[in-house]
Amino acid sequence: MTQTHEFEVIIVGGGGAGLMAAMYASQGAKTAVISKLYPSRSHTGAAQGGIGAALGNSEEDHAEWHTFDTVKGSDYLGDQDAIEFMCLEAVQSVYDLEHMGLPFSRTPDGRIAQRYFGGHTNNVTGKPVMRSCYAADRTGHMILQTLYQQCIKNGIRFFDEYHVMDLLIENGAVAGVVAYELATGELHVFRAKAVIIATGGYGRIWEITSNAYSFTGDGVALTLRRGIPAEDMEFFQFHPTGILRLGILITEAVRGEGGVLINDKGERFMERYASHVKDLASRDVVSRAMYLEMREGRGIGGKRYLYLDVRPDTVNKYAEADGRTRPDGSLYRVTAQEILSKIPDITDFCRTYLGVDPVKDPIPVQPTAHYAMGGIPTDKLGRVVVDENNTVLPGLYAAGEVACVSVHGANRLGTNSLVDLIVFGKHAGIDAAKYAQGASLQPLPDDPTAYTQETIHKLMTGDGSEKVAEITRDLRAMMFDHVGVFRIEEGLKEAQVKLEELKERYQHVCVRDQSKQYNTELTNTWELGNLLDLAQAVTVAALARTESRGAHAREDYPKRDDANWLKHSLAWMKDGQIVLGYKPVTITKYQPKERVY
Amino acid sequence: MSQATLKIYRYNPEEDAKPHYDTFTLEVEPEDRILDTLEHIKGYIDGSLSFRRSCAHGVCGSDAMRINGHSRLACKVLVKDLDAGEILIEPLLGLPVLKDLIVDLTPFFDHYKEIMPYLVNNDPPPEKERLQSEAERARFDDTTKCILCAACTTACPPFWSNRRYVGPAAIVNAHRFIFDSRDQGTAERLEVLARPDGVWRCRTVFNCTEACPRGIRITKAIAEVKHAIETGDLTTFVTPVEEE
Repeated sequence: MTQTHEFEVIIVGGGGAGLMAAMYASQGAKTAVISKLYPSRSHTGAAQGGIGAALGNSEEDHAEWHTFDTVKGSDYLGDQDAIEFMCLEAVQSVYDLEHMGLPFSRTPDGRIAQRYFGGHTNNVTGKPVMRSCYAADRTGHMILQTLYQQCIKNGIRFFDEYHVMDLLIENGAVAGVVAYELATGELHVFRAKAVIIATGGYGRIWEITSNAYSFTGDGVALTLRRGIPAEDMEFFQFHPTGILRLGILITEAVRGEGGVLINDKGERFMERYASHVKDLASRDVVSRAMYLEMREGRGIGGKRYLYLDVRPDTVNKYAEADGRTRPDGSLYRVTAQEILSKIPDITDFCRTYLGVDPVKDPIPVQPTAHYAMGGIPTDKLGRVVVDENNTVLPGLYAAGEVACVSVHGANRLGTNSLVDLIVFGKHAGIDAAKYAQGASLQPLPDDPTAYTQETIHKLMTGDGSEKVAEITRDLRAMMFDHVGVFRIEEGLKEAQVKLEELKERYQHVCVRDQSKQYNTELTNTWELGNLLDLAQAVTVAALARTESRGAHAREDYPKRDDANWLKHSLAWMKDGQIVLGYKPVTITKYQPKERVY
Repeated sequence: MSQATLKIYRYNPEEDAKPHYDTFTLEVEPEDRILDTLEHIKGYIDGSLSFRRSCAHGVCGSDAMRINGHSRLACKVLVKDLDAGEILIEPLLGLPVLKDLIVDLTPFFDHYKEIMPYLVNNDPPPEKERLQSEAERARFDDTTKCILCAACTTACPPFWSNRRYVGPAAIVNAHRFIFDSRDQGTAERLEVLARPDGVWRCRTVFNCTEACPRGIRITKAIAEVKHAIETGDLTTFVTPVEEE
C-alpha cells in the first residue's frame, strides 16, 4: 500500500549539502530529508583535508585570490559570477560552521588552523597560501557530524533508508518524489512544493575510485530520465593519490604538509611539470603527470603506481630545497610526530590496507576517480535550470556534488567541494523555503508510482541470463580504460559501443531476492541502471569535446580551444540516446589565459 | 589466491521461523577486506545476502558486524588479519536483527539523541570564530572521531542485558561536548548521564575500547564523564586501571 506524505520542502540526500539545505529550509517551511543511508553514513564524511576560505588566519589572503585561483583551476570553464559569490560566502560559512560547534584544529593563538592545498596561491607571489581550514584529516567527517547534530537540535524530520526513485513534475513544476522504503519494500509518495536534490556524485562508474558504494549518481540519473539535462558531464576529476588498487583517498593535505610524489628513479617528477608549485599543482595536472611518468616506464618497478613520500627526512629535504618557511620566517622542518598528528586517519588507512607506516615508508598511490564537476545545472541559488537559456524549473533545486552551478568548471580545486556544499546547500535551502511560501502543491499525476513500479517489476522478473555484478565490473573496467585521465577518439567510440552492449545485457538481469524487507539486491540493481545512463552521458559528451581542458584530456586534441569550446555542454537523454547542446560560460573579471602552475 | 570459508548468520523474517547459518567457500586474496568477500558472495553466489555498506574504508560506519565474535567493520578487517579456518560472520549483538546482518539501529540512535549531541552555547556568536586554545581543542579530540557505527555499544555486556542503558557510543558523544570549552550544556548532559540508565551501568569491561574501529579510548572517556559527575571537575584526566 503506497503511503502519501505532504511537505513544503523535500530534500533528497542527507550529506553535507542536504543537511545544510535542511537547516535553512526548515526555518521557513515544513521540511523533511529523505536519504537512502543514515545521514551520518554519507560520503561528505570521507572528505579529509579541509574547506577553503580566505580567513587569512596564518598569512595574508583574500576572497578575490580564492576566486581567481578557482577560475584558473576550472580552466576558465567555471562561471565567474558564481565562483565570486562562493568564495566571498565561504568566509562567513566557515565561521558559521565554527559557531555550530565544528571542532576545527587551531592555531597557537586559538583561531581556525589553515594549511596549504593544491592550486591555492598568493596571487602576488604565486606561492602556495594557507587557505584550507581543517580538523586534522577528517574535516568532512566533522562537517557531516556537526550538521547532523544541528539537525537533531532543530528537530528536522528524517526518512532514513528511503531510496528516492522518481521525480514527479506536473504543470511544468515540481510535484514531489517517489521513494522506496528499504525496511518494508513499500513505495511512498512525498508531495512537496519544492524538492532539493543533494545525492552526491557517481564515481562508481570507474574501477579505481575513492567513492563510496552508494555514490551511484541517483540524482542526476533521476533528472535525466525526467527530461532535465546534465551539464559538463565530460569533466570528472581523478585525484592523484588513491591507495594502490583500492582507490581510497589520500588527502592532498599530505602534500600540503610537505609530502612529495616520487617515481621509480627516485625523482620528484612534479618539478618538471609544474615548476612553481610542483606537487601542489591542481589535481588534473598532477594526475596527468603521473600517467605520463608511468607511461614512460617510471612507475614503481615499471608498474602502474608511484610513491607518495611524507617521511620527515624527505619532507625536510625538499622543504629546504624549496626555501619553504613557517609563517614566523623560520625554516619549515617537521618531525614524525607532527606528521602523524596532522594525518592520523591517513596513517590508519596506510597501516590497515597497505601495512605501510607513512612516516617510515613511502605510500604506493595511483590516480583515483574522485569528483564529478558536472551534474544537474543550477544557478547560484540552487535553482535547476533546464536549457541553454537557463530557464528555471519551478520548485526544483540541486546542491553539492550532484549539481553543476558551475563553480568547478573543468577541474575542481581541493577544498572547494566542501565550500560548494556549504554555500550552495545553504542558499538552496533558503530559496526553496521562500519559493514554497508563495507556491501551492501541484496535483499528483494519476498513477504517481507507475514508472517506479513498472521498473521494479521488470528488474524482478528478468530472464536472469546476466549478472549485475558482472555488468558492474565490466562497466567500471571499461570506463577506467577508455574514459579515464586520458581520452582519445578511438577509445571513446569503443566505449560507446561497449556501453550499448552493457545496456543490452542489463535488460537481462533478474533480482533473485524476492523479499520485501531490505532487498538490497534490488537497490543495487536499480543503481546499476543509473550508472549506465551516466556513463553514457559522460562518454558522449567526452567524445564531442575535441579539445583538452581541465580534467578532460584528449590525446588527439591536446590543446585548449577557447574559440570553439569555451562553453558548457548539456546532455539530454532522449529515447535512450544522449543528445547534446551547449550554453555560454559567464566571464566577468578574468579573461581566459594560458594555465601554468 | 587461497580458499576461505565463511559461515554467515542468515535470517529472512518473511521466510524463516528462526535464524540459521549458511556456509560459503570462495577464492580470496590475503589483502581482501571481509567486505570484499561479502560483496563477492552477494554478487556471484547469493544475491539475497543482506548487509549495509557504503564507504568501504572505515569512515561511514555502515558495515559494523561480528566477525569471529568481535564487533568490527567488515571493511577494516582483512582476510590475513584473521586466524586460519572458518570465518564466522554474524549481526551485531543486543539490537533486533531485521534481516541477515542488518540490525535495527533505532534504539542506538535514540540513545545518541538523549545526551543532546550538539553544541549548546547561548551567547551571541562573535563576528569571527570563537577562540579555543590548542590544548582546549586537544581535550576532546579523541571523542570527535566517533562514526556512530554502534560497534562499541553492541559489544557492551551491560547493554546486552539492559537495552535502556545509553551505552558507550552515547557517552562518547556526550564527552565530545562536555569537554569542549565552547559548550554550555554540561550540567544538563551530566544530569541525563547520572540517571540509573546513564553512565553508572558501565562496568568498565573495556569491550567498547577493544571494539572501536576508530581507536577511541572509550573506557577512558566514560571514566572522565563519571569523574565529572562525581566531582564536577572537568579538568582532571582520568585513566582507568588496566589500560595500557
